[in-house]
Amino acid sequence: MSPTRRSRQVAAVLATALATALSACSSGDGGTAPAGGATGTQDAVDAALKAGGELTYWSWTPSAKAQVAAFQQEFPNVKVNYVNAGTGNDHYTKLQNAIKAGSGAPDVAQVEYQALPQFAMTGALVDLGQYGFQAFEDDYTPSTWNSVKVGGGLYGLPQDSGPMALFYNKQLFDQHGITVPKTWAEYVAAAEKLHAADPTKYITSDTGDAGFATSMIWQAGGKPFTTDGRNVRIDLQDAGVRKWTATWNQLVEKKLVSSIPGWSDAWYKALGDGTIATLVTGAWMPGVLESSVEDGAGKWAVAPMPTYDGGTPITAENGGGGQSVLKQSANPALAAGFVRWLNNGNGVKPFLESGGFPATKADLASPAFTDEASDYFGGQQINRTLTAAAGQVVPGWSYLPYQLYANSVFGDTVGKSYAEGKSLDTGLADWQKALADYGNQQGFTVTTG
Amino acid sequence: MATTTRSPLKPRKSPVLTAVMALYLLYTLVPLAWLLISATKTQSDLLSTSGLAFGGSFALLDNIAQTFTHDNGIFLRWLGNTLLYVVVGAGGATALATAAGYGLAKYRFRGRRAVFAVLLGAIAIPGTALAVPTFLMFSNLGLTNTPWAIIIPSLVSPFGLYLVWTYATEAVPDELLEAARIDGAGELRIFFTVTLRLLLPGVVTVALFAVVSTWNNYFLPLIMLSEPDWYPLTVGLNQWSAQASGVGAQPIYHLVITGSVITIVPLVVAFLLLQRFWQSGLTAGSVKQ
Repeated sequence: MSPTRRSRQVAAVLATALATALSACSSGDGGTAPAGGATGTQDAVDAALKAGGELTYWSWTPSAKAQVAAFQQEFPNVKVNYVNAGTGNDHYTKLQNAIKAGSGAPDVAQVEYQALPQFAMTGALVDLGQYGFQAFEDDYTPSTWNSVKVGGGLYGLPQDSGPMALFYNKQLFDQHGITVPKTWAEYVAAAEKLHAADPTKYITSDTGDAGFATSMIWQAGGKPFTTDGRNVRIDLQDAGVRKWTATWNQLVEKKLVSSIPGWSDAWYKALGDGTIATLVTGAWMPGVLESSVEDGAGKWAVAPMPTYDGGTPITAENGGGGQSVLKQSANPALAAGFVRWLNNGNGVKPFLESGGFPATKADLASPAFTDEASDYFGGQQINRTLTAAAGQVVPGWSYLPYQLYANSVFGDTVGKSYAEGKSLDTGLADWQKALADYGNQQGFTVTTG
Repeated sequence: MATTTRSPLKPRKSPVLTAVMALYLLYTLVPLAWLLISATKTQSDLLSTSGLAFGGSFALLDNIAQTFTHDNGIFLRWLGNTLLYVVVGAGGATALATAAGYGLAKYRFRGRRAVFAVLLGAIAIPGTALAVPTFLMFSNLGLTNTPWAIIIPSLVSPFGLYLVWTYATEAVPDELLEAARIDGAGELRIFFTVTLRLLLPGVVTVALFAVVSTWNNYFLPLIMLSEPDWYPLTVGLNQWSAQASGVGAQPIYHLVITGSVITIVPLVVAFLLLQRFWQSGLTAGSVKQ
């Protein structure tokens, strides 16, 4: 899912807990390497669903309640205890603590793509390959399927996806005679034109958000994080990274982006009154705009994400995640059955009804979904743009096996560049150093480029 | 004849200091004013009007009603949890600190110095640093995700103990205790009939500290509890606030703000009621009579 409110304290604890978990794992006999692509059959899962039992499910997705209710109706002999243990980092902190303590973890938990490698590599998750779930590969977009695979193991099923697009305030653009940018150069030009015409307006707001930065690097073709077992390579100066900073530095250095922090009340306000003119973000954004930015109704529109050359449309993912089965589960086959129902069965429907953006190819291609006209977006068939984006994601991206920690220190390093209006490359170099130091402390062998 | 031109009780007024204090007062009051004014706005007014101006409608009562009914009335449950943690946790902490502080101040026994060293160490370590070890310990005991995980750590108040200790040293004369002993009173009777009364201002001060810290306790319950039914107000309100970010975000800032106002009311009441004791406690021992 998307960037969430950062809490230093939470991050600190997460780091401590993770440190111990990772080092405990590294001291083993190497048996933590994910079992390569085990494929079994789904018979055990079917039998477990038939036999019934009790499950605990941690999630903060708005659709979770409805999904659990629908699941229990379909399988009356399975009882699911739904717990909203926290959002984002709070959720992961608790999960990590429970894993470390050896008890108290749920059977099934929501895990975002950016957090999945961390939990998978510490051996906390069940490889769903043993139940034959590898067979579902063709049901999902390649980028989301790639995100739930770590080292050949399958550690969850994708629920939502966030292919990126450009959300813009059409009314404001029209008012100032700005055309929708197709390239990043045009985007920067639009930022200058808008701010010159009305100094209270900004092209977007960005105070330094790791989720956004990694997505932008992803689109630019950067591959700053590569992991091979316990070897990690970090290169935050590769061609893709520099391609992105060459564009974004112009906005940061000329103070053309607003410094309103994302997801704050001021941010919602700014999205409604035009202070923030565009958002380059995941396809899940329309639901947020519709439910929480009433003043923006009829003003906003969607266009493909700008590219560097204006040619073939390419994009990246921002946010999104799925559900995983925890090793602590007393009944992993039943838990796997719940995950299968959630993301490869009847659970997808309540998810779509709550405004979620799917990861399943069939739902993305269904005419009912793509042809839907959105009143909020002035009747635009926004899903045409968004589902097209789902097929244009640059392949081969991977997050760090300690991405949550990385995100938590982004503000301390790259955040400084944002605050001072200076080149992001300096901040990214600091980030790289912090990540290399931390990785080495955790028992990884980190090389930097 | 004395040549003093000014009585020390009538200090000269300094315009600079007055201005600084006025600024400081403003600085202190503006957030509170913002909170109170914001609590009267609807969610959409909150996002469309200026922070320190009233919105189009006066929605305070409606907001309060919504706060108590949102999500099946879980706010009331959180309020109840907080009260439970404060009454049992802070109450217990005060009782333990009082008894132990008095004991350390007035009895001579082996290891007193060691206790003093441990105590100073305990005051120096921030609670946050102990949170994860505490979590692991409670997890081994099978107490996480239960109210005990919040209450038991709250019972320990090194700073309160230290405060009572120093206060008892000053406020309880040894002669009085000896007189009571000569009159034949047992140690427990002395503690309950003589000492407690003398210690009252100190005890109230400690109680206030304990109540405020338990009431505002955030980090410990955050990591200990995963079941929203056991959350105190602080963690619960943060969960409401966190709903504003991410996929399917549903900001309910108006309820978070109204909930915050409701949350500070009992603390304000506690301070007003106990102010008398608090003040006499702060000045104790300042003048030698």
